Amino acid sequence: MIRRVGRASVNLSAAVGAGAIGVAREAGGITLVLLRVLRALLPPRFDARELLRNLYKMGVESVPIVVLTAFFTGGIMVIQAGIFVERFNARGIIGWAAGYATLREVAPLLIGLMFNGRVGANNTAELGTMVVTEQLDALRALAIDPVRYLVVPRVVAMVISIVCLVIMGDLVALLGAGLFSHLLLDVEYATVFYGMKDQLHLEDFTHGLIKAVVFGLAIALTSCHFGTSVKGGAIGVGRAVNNAVVAAAISIMLLNFFMTYLMR
Amino acid sequence: MIRFSQVAKGFGHTPLLEQVDLHVPKGARWGLIGPGASGKTVLLKLMCGLLRPDRGEITVAGVALSKQREDELMALRMRIGMLFQNYALFDFMTVGDNVAVPLVRRGGRPDAEIKDRVARRLRAVGLAGSEHKFPSELSGGMKKRVGIARASIAQPDIVIYDEPTAGLDPVTTSKIYDLLKAEQDETGCTVVAVSSDVDALRGYAGRLAMLYKGRLRYDGEAAEIALSNDPAVRQFITGASEGPL
Repeated sequence: MIRRVGRASVNLSAAVGAGAIGVAREAGGITLVLLRVLRALLPPRFDARELLRNLYKMGVESVPIVVLTAFFTGGIMVIQAGIFVERFNARGIIGWAAGYATLREVAPLLIGLMFNGRVGANNTAELGTMVVTEQLDALRALAIDPVRYLVVPRVVAMVISIVCLVIMGDLVALLGAGLFSHLLLDVEYATVFYGMKDQLHLEDFTHGLIKAVVFGLAIALTSCHFGTSVKGGAIGVGRAVNNAVVAAAISIMLLNFFMTYLMR
Repeated sequence: MIRFSQVAKGFGHTPLLEQVDLHVPKGARWGLIGPGASGKTVLLKLMCGLLRPDRGEITVAGVALSKQREDELMALRMRIGMLFQNYALFDFMTVGDNVAVPLVRRGGRPDAEIKDRVARRLRAVGLAGSEHKFPSELSGGMKKRVGIARASIAQPDIVIYDEPTAGLDPVTTSKIYDLLKAEQDETGCTVVAVSSDVDALRGYAGRLAMLYKGRLRYDGEAAEIALSNDPAVRQFITGASEGPL
């Protein structure tokens, strides 16, 4: 019995240790990608055509899904806040209540997670496929640095894209909040608008934008790291996409917690 | 031009190359043959610094590769063209852009000249007018020919071909080797070619080497390989089913 318990605790310790080493290895890999990107950005030397191509693919093509999500997010905020607004007859604060939560928390978080699923996963799959088909080796053989040519434009494009998408999402969510306040709670548009104008502050907006920059960086570095370190063909690409999406989602949640705590 | 001294390379606990010594003189056509998974592609990747040896020294065009950092190797790679076994064409670029990459990378040429050279290069490999297609629209043989065009368009000092004619029909194979020969005669570049098509490679390469079990079992005149005393070499050349392979 004692021997069995002893063996189980050794196995548990080994599993925990292996997990910790795995996390440390991936965190180290992501940090290395960050350092390489920073080195390539000081001074900025990367392919502008690649940047534009990625801005279109990652940013412009994400607009419809962001607009749709943000519009209904505004509505959901109104429904949740509406319970208290009706109970306390506080119609004047509906704009602030929906806007505050949207700008500071819901828009960057939801758009970040969606961006991770759509763009981050795609980026890992694309880079992973390039690794297994030797396209990264071909770049190196042609004296082209894959970090400068492929990774840096993607990281820059993802950060710019997510910031623009969050700004757009904020606006659409606020419009959605106004419309649903009127339709569901019969609150005048002007009441919602003045509630937002008088009680929301610029830092509510910038708070969300700072989060967007950090989330964008986390998604970009994670997806590029997992994509460029793929091993084992098509199965390896699938595993890398899965790992990248999970790792970036966990990073977003952890970073969101600490940033919310620090910027409260 | 290319020298390996006691080079060893393995992956994990599996040794692939052991104490490989070779010398490819400047301007030579050097062919490498060997059974599958004998390390031929690894040897080619070591030549252009895409892989680092575990032991030994590799010198290419007077540059000792093991002492170079990745960014320092870039200058050497500008002098090398490489065709990959699985083509390694950039699938987000058109055929024309793929072939143009080495010229664009070297810089100093107007767009019109690059376009003209790409068109001529594609015509030479039998793919005239394919500039605007994407690699996904091409067959395996066509991709191979685009890879050949990309490897040689900038007329590098060293050209490395990994299976240049795999998947091509006999007529196209002959045409490709004629093209490679004519080009090498014109530019005087050093060519290293790996192929499973022993007969075609014997007709093309002046010198031939055979890699088996991590070592070069033959390195000499292509015409004399059939006279080798090594039973593994003889079996590989004759294609006999009985023997050490």
